[in-house]
Amino acid sequence: MSDKIKPIPQPESDRYWEGANEKKLLIQKFGDHIQFYPRAVSTKDGSRDVEWIEASGKAKLYTFTIVHQAPHPSFVEDLPYVAAIVTLEEGINMPTRIIGVDPEPENFTIGMDLVVDFIDADGQNLPVFRPA
Amino acid sequence: MKALRKSLSGKAAIVGVAESDKIGKVPEISPLGHHAQAAHNALEDAGLSISDVDGLFTAGYSTYDLGEYLGIEPNFTDSTIVGGSSFVIHLAHALAAINAGYCEVALITHGQSGRSDRARNRSGGGMPADQYTSPYGIMGPPINYAMAARKYMEMYGEDRTRQALAEIAVSTRKWANMNEKAYFYDKPMTFDDYHDSRWVSWPFHLLDCCLVTDAGAAIVVTSMEKAKDTKKGPIKILGVGEGHDHGSMLSQMPDLTRTYGRKTGPRALEMAGLDYSDIDLAMIYDSFTYTVLATLESLGFCGPGEGPDFVANQVTAPGGSFPLNTSGGGLSYTHPGMYGIFTVLEAVRQLRGETGERQLDKCDIALAHGTGGLLSSTGTVLLTSNN
Repeated sequence: MSDKIKPIPQPESDRYWEGANEKKLLIQKFGDHIQFYPRAVSTKDGSRDVEWIEASGKAKLYTFTIVHQAPHPSFVEDLPYVAAIVTLEEGINMPTRIIGVDPEPENFTIGMDLVVDFIDADGQNLPVFRPA
Repeated sequence: MKALRKSLSGKAAIVGVAESDKIGKVPEISPLGHHAQAAHNALEDAGLSISDVDGLFTAGYSTYDLGEYLGIEPNFTDSTIVGGSSFVIHLAHALAAINAGYCEVALITHGQSGRSDRARNRSGGGMPADQYTSPYGIMGPPINYAMAARKYMEMYGEDRTRQALAEIAVSTRKWANMNEKAYFYDKPMTFDDYHDSRWVSWPFHLLDCCLVTDAGAAIVVTSMEKAKDTKKGPIKILGVGEGHDHGSMLSQMPDLTRTYGRKTGPRALEMAGLDYSDIDLAMIYDSFTYTVLATLESLGFCGPGEGPDFVANQVTAPGGSFPLNTSGGGLSYTHPGMYGIFTVLEAVRQLRGETGERQLDKCDIALAHGTGGLLSSTGTVLLTSNN
């Protein structure tokens, strides 16, 4: 088994990953503009005036796939697993995994209610989602 | 040629320049952050805003990752990387692009953290996808494109989408069975073969996915004047379109069922003065069956959600009314990694009448369309053998 791929935080995302280790899903807010993923500037107008807010953790399933062929040796032991994009209650889309559901297509409905959870990947928490 | 080159002299101007907010030792900003800060500062210097930018130039990153980070959808893009000379050369390219009407406001950016990367060991793998998708096992095209296909199924019906994907896989194989260079030349495919093939990333079967082969290709382009002296004569470029609406993060794509072909198809047609009915051959990058379905709709051959009806009953197969990917495509002919160039090769050969058994009865105008990244970037060209 090869090592899991760990996120490589960048300066503008350190807070995001620290938040995950505190079991908080932190997102960037510039004025009334909320964005994922964390950046040095607002995608709306270039503002640097960033505020970090904790997301409610509620989300809906936007789309998903059930992975049967691992894209990297470290994920072979996870097969089959559910890769997804979810829409946070705050209105932004993020990639993630869905856990706590048998990975069969009929168990998933686009729009189903989800809630954030955190899994440990070698000392770094990753935000994942499970049915609400 | 010298006169044309001289005619560009003085025909574009630099109107804004700036560094990122702080330079020197800046551990708190990523390389992409430096690009973005400098971009906004230079636009400020020019009295323009990010929404004015329609041409994007950088070196070291794909412009689609930079464009995604900036949150813009440029329709002229240049990721030419030739080391430190890149950005000066980008000025030459911008001069040409602006005078060709390809873009009006060109943004050239740079950002590196040479000093801090050494100290913080963040170099290599610092892109958004390395943080927000790879750790989940969301890597590579099949998983990402499968998520887009699942969204399409949700919007337009799972069964009819599945049938459309099967139609595309089977018709493309029929063309490959007429191309001696095709990887699957000797191997027919039935609908049952398609439906019985293993799951790679549900809803994708193995036979929804392109080949992985070894191959090379090249294209030579010259002026119409010089073309007169060539062995086979010209295949003219009538119209072009390019651009992207996100980068390596599929979650940033505005609509998973609409590629940027929605812009590049109409733009290429408008430039050429052509309509969809004028096109005799469509060569559409088929990284996956779904790529073709989404692209046909995005380019405008049919409306959103109408693709399954458009490709029904093997109309895209040999003898059908809409010849598509007559080489056998990335699905069944070849796909070494970035297949787009091969769409042009087949288009040129069909226009020249060189394709033997699979030669179309009439092929005067062909469309070749490439898709890059994760449905991120598209390029469309219209070609003709007409004089």
